[in-house]
Amino acid sequence: MRTTNPDGTAPSDPLTIAGTTLGSRLVMGTGGAASLVALEEALVESGTELTTVALRRVAAPGAGEDAGMWGLLDRLGIRALPNTAGCFSVREAVLTAQLGREACGTDWVKLEVIADDVTLLPDVTGLVEAADQLVRDGFVVLPYTNDDPIVARRLEDVGCAAVMPLGAPIGSGLGICNPRNVEAIAAAASVPVILDAGIGTASEAAQAMELGCDGVLLATAVTRAEDPVRMARAMRLAVEAGRAAAGAGRIPRRERALASSPVTGLVGRPGNLDLAL
Amino acid sequence: MTTPLPPTITVNGSDRPLAPSTDLAGVVADLAPGLVVDGRPRGVAVALNDAVVPSGEWRTTSSPRATGSRS
Repeated sequence: MRTTNPDGTAPSDPLTIAGTTLGSRLVMGTGGAASLVALEEALVESGTELTTVALRRVAAPGAGEDAGMWGLLDRLGIRALPNTAGCFSVREAVLTAQLGREACGTDWVKLEVIADDVTLLPDVTGLVEAADQLVRDGFVVLPYTNDDPIVARRLEDVGCAAVMPLGAPIGSGLGICNPRNVEAIAAAASVPVILDAGIGTASEAAQAMELGCDGVLLATAVTRAEDPVRMARAMRLAVEAGRAAAGAGRIPRRERALASSPVTGLVGRPGNLDLAL
Repeated sequence: MTTPLPPTITVNGSDRPLAPSTDLAGVVADLAPGLVVDGRPRGVAVALNDAVVPSGEWRTTSSPRATGSRS
């Protein structure tokens, strides 16, 4: 894993999850990439240090491709985050997480318990139950959840290392549909909040960070963009920009205009001697 | 007349023929050779009846056999 910036300096604003420091606040997914070569280029350009990997039953013809994914992440020094995508029950999710721990050699898991295959929205009841079981089993759980601040609190209560609310349904590219809830989750959480799902373009990633999120997780927005490498770079810059803006403190919103230049000493007023600087 | 069927194993929902004395390491190497590098598994895990079997136990874990007969 990289511990320095490309220029050799230490990351100035790292993301820390369960005591592990990540130099990038952009978490990438691998789904939807046209090829391993395209994926590699996008991952490099994104600067990510943590990337989700879906666990699937091995089918002999696809086994070579799976091996290529592991080699790719190893070579790039990117930490693999196994996920439970496609699990529709607590039992499936827990078993998949346990398989991921064995396959990937990591206690970390991106936990998904999906309600149905139409909306792909989280089954939050099952999610909390599965998270509780996995935390007790020693996992570092990063749950994909909806944008409900109360559910986020429940997930934190059972010991999740982060909470990952959606901005919009998976793969929709609709951006952040309920920014007030995302902001409320970020304001209340004592663990990192990572906006997960729904991001379509860079401005939405920046918005997530401006709302107070600690990171952004995305896949489709990059892997299915017309130019994935260019979009990956845009996402990296957007996350950095949004983070900087959040720390800089935006101006308050006003109902009326407020002149930015002094209103005294204006030229061209009767009775003035106009010596302008 | 009854003809005994060769032993089989159900892997990921599909029945497969099983050679005698096959352990889990052999099943993985046969099914997914690309996921075994220098004899060590990489990015692959095994669950037997919903219980994960650590890779260190694959060599000593026999595959469950489903045998039958055909009339």
